[in-house]
Amino acid sequence: MSETKEYKVIGTRPIRHDGVDKVTGRAIYGADFQITGLLHGRVLRSPHAHARIVSIDTSRAEAYPGVKGVVTAQDLPAAEDKMADLGEGAVNLKYLCDNILASDKALYKGHALAAVAAASPHIAEEACELIDVEYELLPPVLEVREAMEPDAPILHENLTTSSLGDTEDKPTNIASHLQHKKGDIEKGFDEADIVIERGFVTGTVHQGYIEPHNATAHYNQDGQLTVWCSTQGAFTVREQLAEILQYPVSKIKVVPLEIGGGFGGKINVYIKPVAALLAKKTGKPVKVLMNRADVFEGTGPTPASYITIKMGAKKDGKITAAQTSLAFEAGAYPGSPVGAGAMCVFAPYNIENVLIDGYDVVVNKPKSAPYRAPGATNAAFGTETVIDELAEELDIDPLELRLMNGAKEGDRRPDGPVYPRIGFIETLEAAKEHPHYASSNGKKYHGRGIASGFWFNIGLESSVTINVNPDGTINLVEGSTDIGGTRASIAMQAAEVLGIPAESVNPTVVDTNSIGYTAVTGGSRTTYATGYAAYEAAQDVVRQMKARAAKLWEVDEDNVQFADGEFSSINGKEEQMSFRDLSGKLSQTGGPVVGRATMDPAGAGGAFATHVVDVEVDVETGKVEILRYTATQDAGKAIHPSYVEGQIQGGVVQGIGWALNEEYIYNAEGEMTNASFLDYRMPTCLDLPMIDAVIVEVPNPGHPYGVRGVGEVPIVPPPAAIANAIYDAIGIRMTELPMSPDRLLKAMGKI
Amino acid sequence: MPIIAIPALIRNLTDGEDSVTVEGTTIREVLNNLENQYPGTKEKLCDGDRIHPSISVYINGVLTRVAMHDRVDADAELHFLPAISGGVSS
Repeated sequence: MSETKEYKVIGTRPIRHDGVDKVTGRAIYGADFQITGLLHGRVLRSPHAHARIVSIDTSRAEAYPGVKGVVTAQDLPAAEDKMADLGEGAVNLKYLCDNILASDKALYKGHALAAVAAASPHIAEEACELIDVEYELLPPVLEVREAMEPDAPILHENLTTSSLGDTEDKPTNIASHLQHKKGDIEKGFDEADIVIERGFVTGTVHQGYIEPHNATAHYNQDGQLTVWCSTQGAFTVREQLAEILQYPVSKIKVVPLEIGGGFGGKINVYIKPVAALLAKKTGKPVKVLMNRADVFEGTGPTPASYITIKMGAKKDGKITAAQTSLAFEAGAYPGSPVGAGAMCVFAPYNIENVLIDGYDVVVNKPKSAPYRAPGATNAAFGTETVIDELAEELDIDPLELRLMNGAKEGDRRPDGPVYPRIGFIETLEAAKEHPHYASSNGKKYHGRGIASGFWFNIGLESSVTINVNPDGTINLVEGSTDIGGTRASIAMQAAEVLGIPAESVNPTVVDTNSIGYTAVTGGSRTTYATGYAAYEAAQDVVRQMKARAAKLWEVDEDNVQFADGEFSSINGKEEQMSFRDLSGKLSQTGGPVVGRATMDPAGAGGAFATHVVDVEVDVETGKVEILRYTATQDAGKAIHPSYVEGQIQGGVVQGIGWALNEEYIYNAEGEMTNASFLDYRMPTCLDLPMIDAVIVEVPNPGHPYGVRGVGEVPIVPPPAAIANAIYDAIGIRMTELPMSPDRLLKAMGKI
Repeated sequence: MPIIAIPALIRNLTDGEDSVTVEGTTIREVLNNLENQYPGTKEKLCDGDRIHPSISVYINGVLTRVAMHDRVDADAELHFLPAISGGVSS
């Protein structure tokens, strides 16, 4: 199912370049990192969800044998209440710093208050217990609708609602309001023969990366700060450290070590500035590690939300109007992904009349962080469930209803821009043609559900250099953290240009002193943008090597061509030389060849997915079993199909966890009661069937090989698809995530 | 002339118009002329002499990182939407 031409390297499945190091355990992760004189840091966290910090007395901890230093917010440079531009968007500097070490208020259980560096991790832990903190307890607010009430406890006394530049005077927990409006919403509902309106609740969910956050920091005597860490973006760590520590970028080097998962959760910094403060105070390198409870309680989950969806359609199936209100929990500080949710909520459909309102609301939970298509899964749970209900009421097949209303090239998005070439319809057709959709699923308590999803994908800056080796291999240097096999997918794009095997490329991810600025591995951008940079750097190599061939053959450079890995002369001389052979002659023709490229490409190309799922509901226990799952997705062009399939399968699995089990469970005091992987239930391979990943290829015109990002959109449809399947199985519409056994039993009236 | 789609929350500044045509060959010129026609609009979209970092610009449907000096085609359609970057919305 491909519209693209054939390639020699692209579309094949070579073994990943970092595979041997990882399967043999030689790859170095943050917790493995060692350096002479290393101290160990631990963080003291608030036991209260909302409290004013009256005082912090560290004297007993400082006197404890083996302790080398203690830091609190007092050790951070005074943070102004101003917006700092981190290249990834604007953030309030005081909020950013207060989330690292609280200065005046503890805003969630797990909020970092102080940290200790000691000769061993155990001493540091024991010393944390000797830090005396006096609190003035305040009532917490833990749910978005409660937080929006006029009489709700206020988290930030100076926070008012911002509405595209306008601000209100009254303190509130509603940090911002946004709106998109298209057409005439009242006219659209007047034209409808049927209108359905529902409310949806989604729980607080963590990214659940297997490797906890870690950081080792060291200040040289000359003031150079080096931080070794697990991160999705070394350069964004450098930017955040520079702002938080008020330290020059030129004096900070960030060394990205291998990463054990991120899914968006390793973009924001938490303990990296703490490690730096401890290193500065002690004059020694300091390593700070989180445990799993720290990760759950002290790092950003994806927000819980309350969403209303109202949609109207004519009898013939045409959707005439769609309206939504999305209220997202930002956690302790403003910045939920409600903006993205608002732009995705109706994005798969061509609807003439739309009204979208979004609210970013602070609550006493950890500050939310990106999680795979942030905001889009929450939004799609509502939209795709209502679409399913519309299809039932109109007696139209749910895939057909989506095909009738699906967005195509030239249609205008609900938020305004006109779509370029997109592949939503193709994902629907692929699902329709799949044997899964034609198969029978008529057993009692079995059900089938369908849902679709959209994610933007982004471009941003990427840099690549290529050094040509004398044996015809290349060393490819890049700055993109490799989370899901991008060393391979980037290397393959350079190999395709140069006509060499993927195995002839040695890709290396390097530190911030060794490559041009490269934005985070996030937004499904890396294979697209850094791959694009690799393509251009390889083109730079070709240009330079054509000049070398011309020199050897004593012809004009314009008379040298390059195709399929061979240089040849045209217009007269019968000369030919492979890339490998010419690589061996560089020293005779002027010295090394280094190709380079920096990119900030527009045209990332949006991604669409359509999922079909079969479930069985155990009506005695409320447990939902996933029987079969098929995910179709437009990848533009799959550079390494195995890793595209892996991204689709991984996204689906996380979406299934979000749908059925995962949530932060809080008590009335705002304490998370399930901060371990035993109690925060993520799906394992024992819970799931094989996920059938179907790659659809509608080339993205914004990339030389047609690549679209693939990492995020597969998490968008699963909760809605499963909710629709549960309805098909037992006739009950589930409108709250997760659809855990207890919620199903309640919905069935059994408890 | 370039077409500017007006964000819903500031259509009160453009007499309810959801899009307007404005002369200009650069982003700066277009926004200055928008401000001249509809006072108060530029400050909603800009932070001093730059696009506000919490706003993304779409040109002809494509998310484009632009600076004030970047050129704009005469038939371009510009949208100013919430910034989405690095998987982060701000």
